[in-house]
Amino acid sequence: MNPQFQLFPDQASATAVHLDHLTIYLLSIAAFFSTLIFALIFFFAVKYRRRSGHERVSEIGHALPLEIAWSVIPFVLMMIMFTWGASVFFEMSRPPDDAMNIYVVGKQWMWKTQHLEGQREINELHVPLGRPVRLTMTSEDVIHSFYMPAFRVKFDVLPGKYTTAWFNPTRPGKYHLFCAEYCGTLHSGMIGWIHVMEPAEYERWLAGGAGGESLASSGQKLFEYLACANCHRTDKPGRCPNLTGLFGSKVQLTTGETVTADEAYVRESILNPGAKVVAGYQNIMPTFQGQVTEEDLLQLIEYVKSLAKQPAPPPPAPGAARAARRAEPKQNR
Amino acid sequence: MITATVETRDNYLNHEYGVKSWLLTKDHKRIGLLYLAAITFFFFLGGIFATVIRLELLTPPGDLVSAQTYNKLFTLHGVIMVFLFLIPSIPATLGNFLVPLMIGCKDLAFPKINLLSWYIFMAGGACVLYAMLQGGVDTGWTFYVPFSTSYANTYVILTGVGIFISGFASILTGLNFIVTIHRMRAPGLTWFRLPLFIWSMYATSLIQVLGTPVIAVTILLVAVERGFHLGIFDPALGGDPVLFQHLFWFYSHPAVYIMVLPGMGIISEIVSVFTRKKVFGYRFVAFSSVAIAVLGFLVWGHHMFVASQSVYASLVFSFLSFFVAVPSAIKVFNWTATLYKGSISYDTPMLYAFGFIGLFTIGGLTGTFLATLGFDVHVTDTYFVVAHFHYIMVGGTLMAYLGGMHYWWPKMTGRMYPEGWAKLSALVVFLGFNLTFFPQFIMGYLGMPRRYHAYPEEFQVYHVLSTAGASVLAVGYLIPAIYFVWSLRFGKIAPDNPWNASGLEWQTTSPPPPENFEITPVVTYEAYDYSILEEMKVG
Repeated sequence: MNPQFQLFPDQASATAVHLDHLTIYLLSIAAFFSTLIFALIFFFAVKYRRRSGHERVSEIGHALPLEIAWSVIPFVLMMIMFTWGASVFFEMSRPPDDAMNIYVVGKQWMWKTQHLEGQREINELHVPLGRPVRLTMTSEDVIHSFYMPAFRVKFDVLPGKYTTAWFNPTRPGKYHLFCAEYCGTLHSGMIGWIHVMEPAEYERWLAGGAGGESLASSGQKLFEYLACANCHRTDKPGRCPNLTGLFGSKVQLTTGETVTADEAYVRESILNPGAKVVAGYQNIMPTFQGQVTEEDLLQLIEYVKSLAKQPAPPPPAPGAARAARRAEPKQNR
Repeated sequence: MITATVETRDNYLNHEYGVKSWLLTKDHKRIGLLYLAAITFFFFLGGIFATVIRLELLTPPGDLVSAQTYNKLFTLHGVIMVFLFLIPSIPATLGNFLVPLMIGCKDLAFPKINLLSWYIFMAGGACVLYAMLQGGVDTGWTFYVPFSTSYANTYVILTGVGIFISGFASILTGLNFIVTIHRMRAPGLTWFRLPLFIWSMYATSLIQVLGTPVIAVTILLVAVERGFHLGIFDPALGGDPVLFQHLFWFYSHPAVYIMVLPGMGIISEIVSVFTRKKVFGYRFVAFSSVAIAVLGFLVWGHHMFVASQSVYASLVFSFLSFFVAVPSAIKVFNWTATLYKGSISYDTPMLYAFGFIGLFTIGGLTGTFLATLGFDVHVTDTYFVVAHFHYIMVGGTLMAYLGGMHYWWPKMTGRMYPEGWAKLSALVVFLGFNLTFFPQFIMGYLGMPRRYHAYPEEFQVYHVLSTAGASVLAVGYLIPAIYFVWSLRFGKIAPDNPWNASGLEWQTTSPPPPENFEITPVVTYEAYDYSILEEMKVG
């Protein structure tokens, strides 16, 4: 944000511009009605002030057409507010299909971000200019809220749940990141910066980072370390479902229900395996509650996602997952 | 002289003396004054917290108090102002005093329950004070889980118990008013002859009786989860934190109308008397109170647009929220229309009423901004929201409360307040209020989050303005506190009907006798019929 005095925050995305147009409409309505009311009060108060104890008044009990008018006209103006606001809200709620995914974990009192390529940051987030970014967010403890005023983006970050937000930066620069939901002692210290970089610069930053290993391959290592592969076999039928091609597909449960295998489903199946058991399998999996952190879970999910992209995953090599992600049809639209 | 007879006339203040006669009184007027003493104490206590908060925010770094202390300060400011000042403010003081007088009966339907409600309120207040002295609480007045149940290390349960207990006082007062208004109106006082203050108290009472049990249950669930680790809200224990928010706002949104509806009632009374006219569109205004009370229960989800509720739920809650704006707009337009061709005088209560209409208009309009989906995403949990609800609760409710206190002070105490000082204070409060809270709209839109102990430097200019305004506002509140006390001894003796008003409360003596009316009044005219008054005078 510029240091000088300003009335509107930086507009660093198209959504920010759209919201500010709505704001101008709202402000015009407010300015019109408050001016009207103030002017009428002032005018009446002066014109009809009591003079020397004279108390002659004209009784006008009510005037139905007038009353209907000042009920209906504001209502119509408010329905415009509602419709316009809803359309901006839907724009904010629906990330484009080609958005790149970045994971966010909030904890008292810091923001941890993970790029698919493996870069991890604390209280900072580097993103390329002109490319929509989808944030998949969760919390390790209490409710936080991921707030970037310059992009007009805010969404709560809850424990035990994934929420998403997205933005498409249109201006390079450094912008505020705040926690907007009160989260305890150092709530006001849970702040950071969003760095919007030119795409080439961003690629350099990604390559130069300490990451090295993609999120999916970290997930695969974890998958092996936790011995998940003993049952979830990819080479032949095992005691547990084969995860190849699972993510994004429909899963039939023992209860007869069908669910979509999304992030929340994978997370729940790791922490509470008995909650949704796949039809044809026994509930024999132990819980991994307490053994994996939220960040570990996101890596595992990313690994499971990578299994969905190719029928038989080759042994992972650093950078392979990144290439796989680029090859994903969704990503290239 | 007349004054001499007034002094010696039997009234509810001199009928009995001694501490016991007050603490065991069943007289609604005395209980109103007991409440007045209690909530005045809580108002200034909450005000002290606000003062320290504003001083801390004068500079960007958190340097005056520690982060933990700051969090306790805004929590206690919120808890005390909402639960121990605003919610009981108008109903329990002016409402208690005025409802029987305005409808021409001797007392409320259940005088003992009325006294009980004061003791329950005091017990709840004492609990909160005890929690405060033990070390306070740092959850914010909203007690969001799982922070409040699994993470906070402060006196959450004790504070919660205080709010839980004081809720019963609110329920009992509401119940008492509903029964009284239904059953004890003077002969001839039909529903559409009732003063609009009574309509607003009735609507408020409905919310108190129907809404308060929900917050009681919610607090109980928080205490159970915190104390016994039963998984209700904390996902780590198998609960759902969004469930808490639904329950909390199911009460706490209608609670806003508990706070502001009585204020609207007062404004209707004042605007009518000081223009010498009937309130324009009486029925619209009366029904709009009930409409606000009912619709107020259907909009709680607009507090949760970014809390991960379904986008379609958000859509519905946004849509419904605009419906509350319609009856609110009707009131503002109707008060304004009442001024038309009136005979307007500028006594202090009227100045507060002007202030209320202006500030409530801004508070209400910004409320429609917040009901607008996309806009709310950006400004929720920022100072924009802080500014908005202070415009409603302080600019609205508190202005109305002060207007009402000035208007009925002669009836309550038998003394006039000093008009010059009162006008000055009304002006100071209005200017101080706007200077305090208007800059907060701007800094909120710029992205300043609420509940921040330290903040980035670019917001400082707005915080400095706000703190400057708060100092002016503090002076504005201290002046009436001083002259009201002063007037108890030195104020001019008040006539029975100093404003020449038509309400029944003005037809009895100032202060009223213990039984309110020597003869039960019979009502043959509509509220605010000043021509009748002229005829009665002539007759």
